[in-house]
Amino acid sequence: MSLDLMKEKGVGLEEQEFNWRDIAGVPTSKLDSDAFTRVRIILMNGIESEALRFQHACARMNKELQLASARVRRIEQHQQTMVNWLLPADLSPLETTIGFEQVAIEVTASVAEHEPDPYLAQVFRFGLLEDFDHMYRFSALMDRVTGCDANNILQSYTDILPGRPTAVEHRAPEDDLREPYDRKKAAPISKLNAGTIMAGEHQTHDYYMTIGPMFADPVARQLYAEIASIEEQHVTQYESIIDPDETWLEKWLLHEASEIYNYYSCLQYESHPKVKAIWQRFLDYELGHFHYVLDLFKKFEKRDPAEIIPESLPEPIEYRSHREFVRKTLSEEVDLRARKTQFIDKDDEAADSPSVVYREQMNSKGSPSETIAAGYQWKPGTELAEETPDIKKLQTKVA
Amino acid sequence: METHEMDVQPDSKQELLGNRTGIMTNPELSIEMIEGAKQSTPSSGGDTTNLASVKAKYIEEAVPIGSSPVMVEVSENGESVGQFEGLAVLLDKLGERLAFERQGTRLYEAFLQKCESVPVDDASGPSIEELRHICEEELEHFHLLQNAITALGGDATVQTPSADVAGVLSHGVMQVVSDPRTTIPQTLQAMLTAELVDNDGWQMLQDLAAELGQDDLEEQCRRAYQEEQEHLEKVRDWLTSMTMDEASGSTEELDASAEEEDTQPKRSPKSSTRSRKSKNTGPSKSKKKKKR
Repeated sequence: MSLDLMKEKGVGLEEQEFNWRDIAGVPTSKLDSDAFTRVRIILMNGIESEALRFQHACARMNKELQLASARVRRIEQHQQTMVNWLLPADLSPLETTIGFEQVAIEVTASVAEHEPDPYLAQVFRFGLLEDFDHMYRFSALMDRVTGCDANNILQSYTDILPGRPTAVEHRAPEDDLREPYDRKKAAPISKLNAGTIMAGEHQTHDYYMTIGPMFADPVARQLYAEIASIEEQHVTQYESIIDPDETWLEKWLLHEASEIYNYYSCLQYESHPKVKAIWQRFLDYELGHFHYVLDLFKKFEKRDPAEIIPESLPEPIEYRSHREFVRKTLSEEVDLRARKTQFIDKDDEAADSPSVVYREQMNSKGSPSETIAAGYQWKPGTELAEETPDIKKLQTKVA
Repeated sequence: METHEMDVQPDSKQELLGNRTGIMTNPELSIEMIEGAKQSTPSSGGDTTNLASVKAKYIEEAVPIGSSPVMVEVSENGESVGQFEGLAVLLDKLGERLAFERQGTRLYEAFLQKCESVPVDDASGPSIEELRHICEEELEHFHLLQNAITALGGDATVQTPSADVAGVLSHGVMQVVSDPRTTIPQTLQAMLTAELVDNDGWQMLQDLAAELGQDDLEEQCRRAYQEEQEHLEKVRDWLTSMTMDEASGSTEELDASAEEEDTQPKRSPKSSTRSRKSKNTGPSKSKKKKKR
């Protein structure tokens, strides 16, 4: 049963209240919570972060929308805090990083699988294989520097394998821009997908930029510098698939719809009772925001919102392992590169092309992603473990 | 912004320190700041009592860090075998030691890399061979624990609650060891922290195994504990020796500097050689090795 955006009113802004005790509540358990609960928390923090980012940009360019935006943003701010503070203090920055890449892989895979536009689906798969490789590099870092196993975070849902090598992901700016969807023709799911993945990547970039200098290990510092640069490229890529001719209010309405869609998706899959209650509460809040912005849209744009908003939401994002899809994509597309808005095979990438020249410059004093993961093959319990346990032979159950 | 340097007299024995964190870095500004704070009034009355009561509420409502799963072997007729009272605690502490030894191996690898990059020309510090030996033993201990957990029917890849807490505790140690700016003595200080915790951990594990009637495990822990005691003693000795050497080297330099000033015409102040010497990542030349 899907959600009817026009019919469901949610909760009005005046009823959306918080207090500090409420916001900074009891966090989830790193050890006991399902990895996808953590994935949802991280993604929704990114979705809320994007809401704030967009609304600030909108406010800077639209005096008449500043007060309305400030009111909605106040709620979004506290929603973001409450969601993000569900992460516990024993989740280290590097463990959180593994969580971020799991979000990028599993959510992008779900989006790519269900994206109806073939070109956009290709864009998502292209970025997926790069985030997939980041997971491999960060896992090697975790293993070789801290002696920890990234799978304690991944819970075996997501592979730790090389993807498209990070070292070749460095591209000239012109090779990161893609073709945008046509706002008048694109399916609603395409617009929601683009907004969701753009939000995730922007959050990831900002996070790596924040924590990178907190690492003392010099290779860790280099690796975060390198991968943060790719994440900035990904933000460029994903924002470029969004039609720049959408009006400010059109974009704002789509943002609110995207927040509803994402909280709704989380609600369908959430197993943690306390977190599930938060998804329900914030779904109702976002419906309230949506209708608040809908009134603005009708007032200022004087057109039917049905032009851009579907009657009901598309099928939710699937929070499950996408191992099969990712491995298939890996086997078929790992050698793709980009030339302007199109994708080409690596053999067709000219040695004097802007991306190759740029890449060689950036890697001229060595590649941190290659250095940290040289010869790395994940196994349970880290590289130092004596042998991989034969799980099939174990005739046990967890008590 | 103008900073107010200390007014150092040319004939003063006080030095211009590089570290700017103390109030004497900018004494005039510090005086203003202290006076301002004394004259101010807190925005609300009371003391730290409320701080404690807020924390108390969180402690009351807190849920545990996590659970320690117990893998139980199931026989053909569906009965669980191999379980005994205290198994969960034992697996939790074994998991903690395993995480520590695994990280300890990486710590010693990082320490080795640092020592290989920095010329060590003094016997008071660690040799590459000694560090390598300790690193190998840490790895052996990790494998010992891996096998011990598996033999008890546990999953050696689990991050137990105590392992998680140990990971948080040792984060600072990792930061210090992997920082290219930290000296060998500073790195040894971090390793000493790790070895002290490790020693107590092995002793507890040995006692726990004995208490639970796990004789083979107790013996393995006893041997590992013995080796860890040797690690601790070495690390402590290296740190003590290098610290004493550095101190005695600085004292000699100050004395030499004082003698030189008495015999030379007065010159303008200059940075002390002590601060340069303390940045030397290699051990200073020692006249004799001091024992604790």
